[in-house]
Formats: sequence, structure tokens, C-alpha cells
Amino acid sequence: MDVNDGAGTMKGKERYAAGVLQYRRMGYWEPDYQPKDTDVICCFRVTPQDGVDEIEASAAVAGESSTATWTVVWTDRLTACEKYRAKCYRVDPVPNAPGSFFAYIAYDLDLFEPGSIANLSASVIGNVFGFKPLKALRLEDMRMPVAYVKTFDGPPTGIVVERERLDKFGRPLLGATVKPKLGLSGRNYGRVVYEALKGGLDFTKDDENINSQPFMHWRDRYLYCMEAVNRAQAATGEIKGTYLNVTAATMEDMYERAEFAKSLGSTIIMIDLVIGYTAIQSMSKWARRNDMILHLHRAGHSTYTRQKTHGVSFRVIAKWMRLAGVDHIHAGTVVGKLEGDPATTRGYYDVCREDHNPQALQNGLFFEQHWASLRRVMPVASGGIHAGQMHQLLDHLGEDVVLQFGGGTIGHPMGIEAGAIANRVALEAMIMARNEGRDYLAEGPEILTAAAKHCLPLKQALDVWKDVTFNYASTDTPDFAPSVSVS
Amino acid sequence: MRLTQGTFSFLPDLTDDQIRRQVQYCIDNGWAVNIEFTDDPHPRNTYWEMWGLPMFDVRDAAGVMMELTECRKVHSGKYVRISAFDSTHGWESLRISFIVNRPENEPGFMLERQEIDGRQIRYTTRAYATDRPAGSRYD
Repeated sequence: MDVNDGAGTMKGKERYAAGVLQYRRMGYWEPDYQPKDTDVICCFRVTPQDGVDEIEASAAVAGESSTATWTVVWTDRLTACEKYRAKCYRVDPVPNAPGSFFAYIAYDLDLFEPGSIANLSASVIGNVFGFKPLKALRLEDMRMPVAYVKTFDGPPTGIVVERERLDKFGRPLLGATVKPKLGLSGRNYGRVVYEALKGGLDFTKDDENINSQPFMHWRDRYLYCMEAVNRAQAATGEIKGTYLNVTAATMEDMYERAEFAKSLGSTIIMIDLVIGYTAIQSMSKWARRNDMILHLHRAGHSTYTRQKTHGVSFRVIAKWMRLAGVDHIHAGTVVGKLEGDPATTRGYYDVCREDHNPQALQNGLFFEQHWASLRRVMPVASGGIHAGQMHQLLDHLGEDVVLQFGGGTIGHPMGIEAGAIANRVALEAMIMARNEGRDYLAEGPEILTAAAKHCLPLKQALDVWKDVTFNYASTDTPDFAPSVSVS
Repeated sequence: MRLTQGTFSFLPDLTDDQIRRQVQYCIDNGWAVNIEFTDDPHPRNTYWEMWGLPMFDVRDAAGVMMELTECRKVHSGKYVRISAFDSTHGWESLRISFIVNRPENEPGFMLERQEIDGRQIRYTTRAYATDRPAGSRYD
């Protein structure tokens, strides 16, 4: 029988005859392939153009994200090309989404430069998302082999060392983003920081777009903020911090700002996701050299993470950021104002905080992932949350998280300090109740009411915000049928 | 001022019954409970004095409460905290830490500012209590 009959990989001389060949016949569709422990594995959601076969489309994704081009090239034969070809080994229909398919693709470890998110992402999302035969493409999840994980330094500080450095244990950390996010002068800005920290928050935060504008130069902000931090530390006897945003136009500017933050004694700096993967890794190395906690604001991510059919899932971004080495990452609130299906958000939190992620399709985790003791990333919950939701926040997000109440602190009717007190009292009361074994989720409102008896600011907060919720349908939810298994 | 270090400093001082329930929670999680005391409340004073070794093998909160009673008798005018240590791989640190005794009068901290070049200020936080020698700071 002719080995090149049928629709599988062509072999021998015919494989390299000049011309155009289907990707599935070039070696990018290998249904019998068993992924190796050292392979990088991706799950893509592939939506082919009408009339394009899903196997061919998926093989094309494998090809275009590894060695292929549109035509056969004889120079393949100068390489160990079978090793370097990414191999699509499985294609499943997406449950309840006709026309879309989950394609599983394995990549040999030698395709990637050690310790480089730029290289990893240039390969797997570099070219292929604009490929014409596809209507849409989404990178759903990615399994990094331990051999590759070990080429990254990971978070400079991590959850445990951050807690030790701040001397804060047993409860979520509390923060607030300074509002209004634009327009305050340095002097007024520092006032917000001082009031919030003195009131009981652990952190305050620059917003993503606070850099160095006409109304407030960055040096002025840093100086006033550190006066506020030190005053609040002396007033409470607790370690305090404020995330000084060092995001800037060039690496030289960012290093200058980071050095200034260090010289002022700040415990933490922040960067935005939009500075890019290479800049993030550079700042991570700087933070590691300088004992600095590194906060990442995921500015811009929703442009490519939110829609289910096209882009890159946030769980992949979270994995890349743990490798790249950030200590904090915004990962959703579930109950707040921004996108966040509870099950999907749980998956992000597990990626940040666990040493081992079992496969959990209900949380969007397609693959088991071992982190090989890479430090943990502290997730940050920010956007539209308030003290009255404390029981729900603790239930959804657990203990190792920064809860950021911006409006929920600064918008308190009796002022910023009162807002901070309300949040801290609500949090401590809820932790105490949980530890005592109470059903704090069901009894949450009573626990808060009881705590408010000895805390007027909490009573006022509960009165003002008691009915505020953000109940909208989530856009990004896991698509899985409980009976489907993925090996 | 009220020193707000620890997990529960914003709540009214814990009763012995409340402390016992927190200790039992720690024991039930397999953590070793530790009692420490100090008369130096500086926020970066990491190493408070240990009241004996961490209680790795105590299975009942009553045993910890007996030790706490003894510690409070000897160090009534100082800060005493209870912490719990989790030796699980990947954590190997504290899981909770809360103050269970504080001096009657907490004078707080002086913030000293040393003006240096470029509008910068070098800050020093100094506890008023530590103006006096160790052992007689909260008499």
C-alpha cells in the first residue's frame, strides 16, 4: 500500500516536492502523538472560515506557530524538522458552540529560548492569529513543562516573603486606589494616601494611568506619598506601603523612577502590563536585586482576554506573569464592577497561588501544571467592591489576596480615614468568625452588623452601600461538558 | 495610640474565650502555636522574645491558654502576641499573628525627619517607650 494514500502525514520524497501541501499532510497533524513531559502544550479555540475543515485549520495553527510557511521548502531537510514541527494531536468540538473547536498542540522544548516570555509568546501567538483561513482564534490555556518553568526566576518576593516583610498574617491585605485617578496635585494626592493608611489600610495605589502629567510630576508624587506612608507608620506602628507607579516611556525612565522610589524607602513599586513582556522581566530583575515588591496592573488585558472566540485567555497571561516574575497581579473580584465569572476567576487565582494546578475544566484549566516551587503571586481584587461584601469576597477569593477598596474607602460619607476603618473592621470581624467555625457566608450580614455596633464608620458604610451590586452576565465563562475528558 | 499590628487589632481586645477559639483553629490546622512578648513595639522589630518554644505537640487550646496566663503574669505591662507557624512545604512561615496583651498606656511613635539633599527626607520611626531601658519601658 502507498504510504501517502489518505489524509495523514506524507512521507519520503513526495513530502518535499515543490508546491503547496495541506498542513495536515506536512506533519502538523499527528493524532497518534503522545505529548512528552518536556513539551509545551497549548489549547487553542479554533473557529475556521466556512468550508475549512477543522483538522486542516488546527494543523495550520500548529504549522504557523512553529516551522511552517505557506509552501513546501526544501531547506526543511537541513534540519531535524520532525522534532521542530508543532504537532496538533487532538481536535474536539467546543460544547454548545457550533463551528468552534479545541485544538491541542504540542511544541518541543527546543523551540523556545529559556526564560523569555517574549520568545515564547512570539512563537505561539506571534503570527497565527491573523491567519486568513481562520475566522477567530483564542489561546485558551498552556501547559509549561517543569524543565521550562525552571528557566524563569519568577516573582521577586512572593506571597510568603511579602507577608513576612510587611508583618501581616492571617487576613487579606487591604488597599485602595487613589481617586480621582487624574488631576490631583502631589500635595493633595499624599493627603489621600495618609488618611487611608492611617485609617487601617495596608496599601494605597497609583492608578494605571498615573505617571507624570502636567498636574503632578512623578517626583513630587513620590515625595509626598512617602511622607504620608511614614506618617501613617508612626501613627499606627504598622508597616505601610504605596504602589509607586514607575511606568514610563523608556526603560531608562522606569529605572530612574524605581531607583528614586528605593532611595525614599518605598517597599513596593508598580508597573502596567502595557509596558510589555520584556520590560516586565527587566523590572522583575531590578526588583529582585533591590528587595522590592513588584505590583502589576493588568492595564489593557481586556482588549484580548475578554471575548471568548478571539485573543488570549487571562489564565495564560497569569501563567506568563508568574514566570516573568511579578508579586501582585490584578485577577478579578467576582462581585465587583469588572468582568469576572466566579469559576473562571477561581482558575486565575489557582494559577497565581498554588504550587500544583490539577486539570479543572470547570475553572477553565485545561492542563495540569506543576510550578516547581516557583514563588506565588498575590492576586489583587480591585474595582467596585465595598465592606458590605466582605463575606462574599472572603468566600470567593480566600485569604491570600489584596482587597482594594478605592471608591469603597474614599467615598465613605465621613471621609477617607473612616472608610479605611470600616473596611479593616469588617475584614477582621469576618476572619475571626471564619476561624471560629461559623458559617460566615450565610451569617455575613449579621457578622457585619454586630461588628458595626462598636464601629460607627462600618455602620455608615453598610448603610450607604448596602444595595450596591454589579449583576451582569459574564462574557468569559468556561465551555466544558462534564463528561468530556482531556488527557 | 493603639498599636495595630496583628490580625485583630481593629476589634475590641479579645476575651480569653475568643483567644481560645482562635488557638484551637490554629491547632486544628496543624500549626504550632507560639507566645511572644516585647516592650519594643517598633514595626520592624521582628524578633519578639519567645515564651518557651513553639508548642508543636500541644493538641488542646487549654494547654496554650495555661502558658498564656503564666506569660501575662510575668509580662503584664508588655505586648504579648500569639502566632501560629505552618511547616507545610512552600509556606514554612506564620499563618496568623495577633496581640493578646498590651500595656495600659501606649505612647506611640515619634517620626524623626532628617532633611537631606533634593527635598528628600530620611525618616526614622522611634517608639517613645524605647527611650527608657529595656525592662522599665511601660512601668
